[in-house]
Amino acid sequence: MPDLRLSARLRAAADSDLWYSFRTSPVTIVSALTTLVLVAAALAAPVIAPHNPFDLASLNIMNAGLPPVWDAGGEAAFPLGTDDQGRDVLSAILYGARISLLVGFASVVFSVVLGVGLGLVSGYVGGRVDAVIMRIADVQLSFPAILIALLIDGVARGLLPHDMHGEVALYVLVFAIGISGWVQYARTVRGAAMVESRKEYVQAARIIGIGPMTILWRHILPNVMGPVLVIATIHLAIAIITEATLSFLGVGVPPTTPSLGTLIRIGNDYLFSGEWWITIFPGIVLVLLVLSVNLLGDWLRDALNPKLR
Amino acid sequence: MTLTSKLLRSAAAVALAAAVGAGAVAAEAATLRWSYQGDATTMDPHGLNETFTLGFQGNIYEPLVGYDKDLKLTPMLAERWENPEPNKWVFHLRKDVTFHNGNPFTADDVIFSWQRSLTEGSDMKGYGAKAEAVNKIDDHTVEVVTKSPNPILPREWVFLYMMDKEWSEANNTTEATNVKGSNQGNHANLHANGTGPFMLAERQPDVKTTLKRFADYWDKGIATNVTDVVFTPVTQPATRVAALLSGEMDVIQPVPVQDWDRLEKAPGVKPLTGAEARSIFIGMDQDRDELKYSSVKGKNPFKDARVREAVVRAVDVKAIDEKIMRGAAEPLGSLLAGPINGFDASFGTPYEPDPEKSKKLLAEAGYPNGFTVTLDCPNDRYVNDEKVCQAVAGMLARVGIKVDLLAQTKGKYFGKVLAQAGYDTSMYLLGWTPSSIDAHNSLLNLAACRNKDTQAGLFNLGGYCNPKVDELTHKVGSETDQAKRNAMIKEAFEIVRDDYGYLPLHAQPLSWGVREGVEVVQRADDVLDLRSAVVK
Repeated sequence: MPDLRLSARLRAAADSDLWYSFRTSPVTIVSALTTLVLVAAALAAPVIAPHNPFDLASLNIMNAGLPPVWDAGGEAAFPLGTDDQGRDVLSAILYGARISLLVGFASVVFSVVLGVGLGLVSGYVGGRVDAVIMRIADVQLSFPAILIALLIDGVARGLLPHDMHGEVALYVLVFAIGISGWVQYARTVRGAAMVESRKEYVQAARIIGIGPMTILWRHILPNVMGPVLVIATIHLAIAIITEATLSFLGVGVPPTTPSLGTLIRIGNDYLFSGEWWITIFPGIVLVLLVLSVNLLGDWLRDALNPKLR
Repeated sequence: MTLTSKLLRSAAAVALAAAVGAGAVAAEAATLRWSYQGDATTMDPHGLNETFTLGFQGNIYEPLVGYDKDLKLTPMLAERWENPEPNKWVFHLRKDVTFHNGNPFTADDVIFSWQRSLTEGSDMKGYGAKAEAVNKIDDHTVEVVTKSPNPILPREWVFLYMMDKEWSEANNTTEATNVKGSNQGNHANLHANGTGPFMLAERQPDVKTTLKRFADYWDKGIATNVTDVVFTPVTQPATRVAALLSGEMDVIQPVPVQDWDRLEKAPGVKPLTGAEARSIFIGMDQDRDELKYSSVKGKNPFKDARVREAVVRAVDVKAIDEKIMRGAAEPLGSLLAGPINGFDASFGTPYEPDPEKSKKLLAEAGYPNGFTVTLDCPNDRYVNDEKVCQAVAGMLARVGIKVDLLAQTKGKYFGKVLAQAGYDTSMYLLGWTPSSIDAHNSLLNLAACRNKDTQAGLFNLGGYCNPKVDELTHKVGSETDQAKRNAMIKEAFEIVRDDYGYLPLHAQPLSWGVREGVEVVQRADDVLDLRSAVVK
């Protein structure tokens, strides 16, 4: 009877502490809504954007540098104005947010898989394996994440020929940002896994002959996922910012498929000449996105922390 | 009197003596803080034939004959020169000139520098190749023998700088630094020993270069009061403008054209603008049998004049001028800018854009769906260079030619597209100021067929070749009748135009930003000659 089970589950969710703390925090509701709207807009970009900014053939240079529609000289076809190449700023933001979110989510997933995997092994196996993994983590912690991402991106740029780089730039970026963030997950999960693996239910499982992979996957992993979820949410905001930073520095996604960071960089050249809309609007969207994701992360952390209940 | 005050007094005395010794120079010490969008690529005077790099080096090194502020010839290391026979030039050298290390400047240094300009890594071969032999008459007289009569040799050698033979040999730098990067360890790449008014004090490529005044400079009459120069390349245009506005810089080059208004209105700074002698154009590889960077395999679409016309007709040069250059550039239909000797009014008419015809031509040539090609573009060399390339890419996309834009810093860009790297490009954006301010230089370097022996077509990166243009170029080189000469120049450029050999874009504007209280002379070739810089 799946229906019953679903409604029972929904009722359980509605009664839960998590939902309660969400319902009673207006800040969280607003940030959740903002995130939702931005993500939805980004996902629906091909449908709702007035133009396709990636299609060079659709650009008309004579439309370059138009102000937003409410300014003198603005045109209704370009609600937020156009950039130096005649690209519609609104469409560019929608498509740009798509890329920023894509890179953000993908690199967080990459970090989680890598970090949680290594953390579980480290905490459960212990001994030399643990020592090796944790020393690697220590070394990496001594570098700022952005530096590691820059390094990986730079090396990839040097090794790959230009015509290949355009195609793999996104993957390189996801890899670079993902690699720079796995340590937090590994450390947290390792600690939790160490605690869990000494508990009786794990020992019982071991005694009845269940293999270590199953124990890690079925028994320990579900019990360490809470903190991972919190870190992942906050990490998403960091990953988006890191991507924007790299793109702002000109080493992120190629300029032909601009992300939010790339748009801010392009607009930066025109700040002094009074064409503020090219850089301000993508900037606002980036701030909104990162801020609301961050607030969500904060809420999740507080809500899941038994000490604050 | 305490020891400290004694020390102070003697220090003051020494400083005073030094000030008196150096004359007016040190009396009013002044530092000039100067920024350009890219670095001077090398300190080696034979490493790269690029106006900015050579112009920068021109404060450290000097030629025999140089330019004054109006690009008229002025004596530098040669005090006189004459042309006794059509094939022979004689230069009389100054006797009181020393290099920064104290070595005297003599005829041997001239011969050495000429030979060095013809070495493997040199980008100045085109200049060196003008002479067949350089002979020493005595210590302060040299004779230059040319293959054919050359009425403008002194003008053609204004950027051929003189190095110290002894210093070069002692430091094992008798061969030029290759811009491609194979011998960047070359001593002259990072060190300098010239005869100019400034000495290289510190060199950190792409970060900072500082110059110090050379107290024993031969010309005591130069206007400058600058004793120290701090040169910082700043790639980001907005950052560069901000540095000027905040008073962190005295001179910046170039100011993005969209910021002119802003500088006009801001207190304490002013834009310094004018017509530059530089033309900006797009070239296409018409030499290889298969393009190196394209989706078309087995043949070269640019060998087909219809495809070249399609490229040319797809691009609206006037729109680029209006939108990207904010109307500050002069649209061109040829490779020659207004201030150049030999310019004809007809050169200022761009090709008529006609995207529909472009599509038809592409279909006729067998590319109904277009093709992909990589466009090489510097991003810190010319005014709004990357933006111009993006605009061209957009316009070409509309007729079906998909452009993969490779915009990079000029050191890497030049290291890829120039002769030393084997013309490793399929399509490129280049700017050219004929260093002699004469059309013959443009014809010889850009339009003549490439020829390793004569060094003709050295900067004809796409390998455009039409024997008729070659013949005319040769005739222009030795013709002394001005009217006949100009007619031949016009004819030659018209042939290039009818062949769709290039896509000319515009003559870019001079665009500097200067702090008030700083006086500099803006030369039409965009060179900042520090001899004229005065800081108050």
